Amino acid sequence: MRKKSWWRYLVSLPILFVYLTPFYILLTVALKHPHDASSRWVMPGYLYLGSFETAINSGRIIQGIQDSFIVTMFTVTLIVIIGAMAAYPLARRISSLNKFVRILIMGVMMIPPLSIIVPLYRTMLFFDAMSTYHGVILLQLTYQLPLAIFIFTSFIRSLTPALDEAAAIDGCGLLRTFFSIIFPQLRPVIVTVVILTGVTAWNDYQFSLYFLQSPQISSVTLAVSRFFAQVNSNIGAAAASAVLGVLPLVVLFLFLQKYFIKGMVDSAVK
Amino acid sequence: MRSRKRINLFYIPVLILFGVFVVYPFIDGIRISFTNWNGFLPTYNYIGLTNYINMVSDQWFHNVFRNTIIYGFGSTIIQQIIGLSMALFLDSKFKARGLVRTISYLPIMIAPLIMGYIIFFIVQFRGGALNDLVGLFGMDRLDWVGVPNRAVTVILLVNSLQYMGVSMVIYLAGLQNIPNMYKEAASVDGIGPWNTFWHITLPLLAPALSASVVINLIGGLKLFDIIRALSPAAPSSGTHSLVTFLTYQYFNIEQAGYSAAIGVVTFAFILIVSIVVIKLLDKMEVVL
Repeated sequence: MRKKSWWRYLVSLPILFVYLTPFYILLTVALKHPHDASSRWVMPGYLYLGSFETAINSGRIIQGIQDSFIVTMFTVTLIVIIGAMAAYPLARRISSLNKFVRILIMGVMMIPPLSIIVPLYRTMLFFDAMSTYHGVILLQLTYQLPLAIFIFTSFIRSLTPALDEAAAIDGCGLLRTFFSIIFPQLRPVIVTVVILTGVTAWNDYQFSLYFLQSPQISSVTLAVSRFFAQVNSNIGAAAASAVLGVLPLVVLFLFLQKYFIKGMVDSAVK
Repeated sequence: MRSRKRINLFYIPVLILFGVFVVYPFIDGIRISFTNWNGFLPTYNYIGLTNYINMVSDQWFHNVFRNTIIYGFGSTIIQQIIGLSMALFLDSKFKARGLVRTISYLPIMIAPLIMGYIIFFIVQFRGGALNDLVGLFGMDRLDWVGVPNRAVTVILLVNSLQYMGVSMVIYLAGLQNIPNMYKEAASVDGIGPWNTFWHITLPLLAPALSASVVINLIGGLKLFDIIRALSPAAPSSGTHSLVTFLTYQYFNIEQAGYSAAIGVVTFAFILIVSIVVIKLLDKMEVVL
C-alpha cells in the first residue's frame, strides 16, 4: 500500500500547480513595484508594500470590508432565524398548502435574481431602498432563504416530534416550543447555513453592483472592482485590494475547514 | 388542534419577502416585457409581443443563448469529470491528501468576480503570466480574452475549475458512504477495478451525481461575475450570457422592455432545463 502511493504524489503536483498559481500570481503582482516589468512568475527580490499602502489609504477597500461585514452579519442572522422558523411547519405538517409553499421556495431557489432586475429595480426605488444597508440585506435574505429552509427542513424531519408534542401538552406555546426545544437542537445545521450563506453574502457582486450606487455604502467586490477599473494605471494596488478582500474568508476557511466541507455536503440534500 | 394550524404562521415572513421581492417583481416584469419602456421615462407604450419577436431574429441574442448553454452544460460536464476523478483520487489515504483537498477547495471562498480579476493577471495579452509561459516555449502569444470564442472558453474553464471542489466534496461524501465490503466482495470475485467502478461504485454514487449536476447546472446557467471580470474590453463583446446580456440591455442601452422580456425567457429556460434534468436524473437513479 505504502509503496504504491508514489504516483499519487506525482499526480498531486499538477493539481496543486493549477490551484495555487492564481494565488501565487496575485501575490507577486501585489508585492511588486508598479514599474518592475519582470515576469509575474518572478517574486520580487525586495520588500515593497506600497501597493497595499495605496489600497488601504484610499479607504475604499477598508470601507468595502466593513460594509460587507455589516451586510453579511445581518443577512446571516436573519436567515437563520426566519429560515428555521419557516422550516418548522414545513417539516412537521404535511398539507397541500405546505406542498405549495415548498414548490414556491424551490422556484425562488432556481430563479436568477438578475432575470427580474428591471422590475426589481423599480420595486427597490418604490421602497426607497436603493443604496441602503437594509435594501441589500433584504435582497440577499430573500434569495438565500430557500437553501437555508431546505437544509433546516430536512434536519427538523430527522428530529423526533415526541419532544415538541410533550412541550405542547405541558402548555408551551408554539413560539416557546420552537425557540426552547427545536432551535437549540439545530446547532449543527445552523453552522452549515451560516457558512454557506455567509460566503455567498460576503462575495456578493450582483446586488451590490446594482443596488449600492452611492459612495456611502460599498462592498468588498465593489471596492475591488473600482481598483480594477483603473488596473492599467495601478496594477499593484488592484492586486493588493484583491488580496485584502479575499483574506478574511481564506483565513477563516483554513482554520474552520472541517465545517466548511461538512456544510457543502449538507447543502447537497434534496 | 388550533395551535397545530397556527404553526403555519411561522412561514409568513418568508411569504412576505417572496411576495415583495420575487413574485410581485416577476409579474411586473412580464407586464414590462410587453412595453417599449426605456427604463427611465415615466411614459411608454404597450407593443405586444414585439420584444419576444425581436429576440427570434436578434443574432446577438442567439449568440448569448449559445454562450449560456456552453457555460451551463459545459461547466457541468467538466465539473463532473474532474470532480469525480478528484474524489476517486482522494478517496484512499496518502500523506498529501489533506493538502490537495484543502487547496482545491480554497477557490470556492473567493468571490467569483475577484477570481475573474486574478485570472486576468494570468490571461492578459501584455504581461500575462500565461503568455510568459507560451513565450518560453517559443510559441506565439495569444490574446486569450480578446477573441470572443476563446474568451468564452477561458470563462468556462475558470468557472469549472473554481467550483470543481463542490462536486469533488459531494462525490467524496458519496464514496465514503459506500460500504467497503462491496469493493472487497468484488475483488474476491476477481472483478477488475474498471468493472468495479462501472458496476458497483458509479451506481451507488447516483444520488451524489444528481445533487452535483443540479447544483453545477443552475450555477453555470446563472453565471455573471466571472463574465463581467473577464470581458473588460467592451460590453458589446461576444461573451455575454443571458443575465449579463439583459443587464446590459437595461443599464447600458436603455432597452428595459427588451431586457424584461429576456428576463422572462431566462427564467422559463432555467426552470424548464432544471425540471427536465431533475426528472431525468430521478429516472437514472431508479434504473441504476
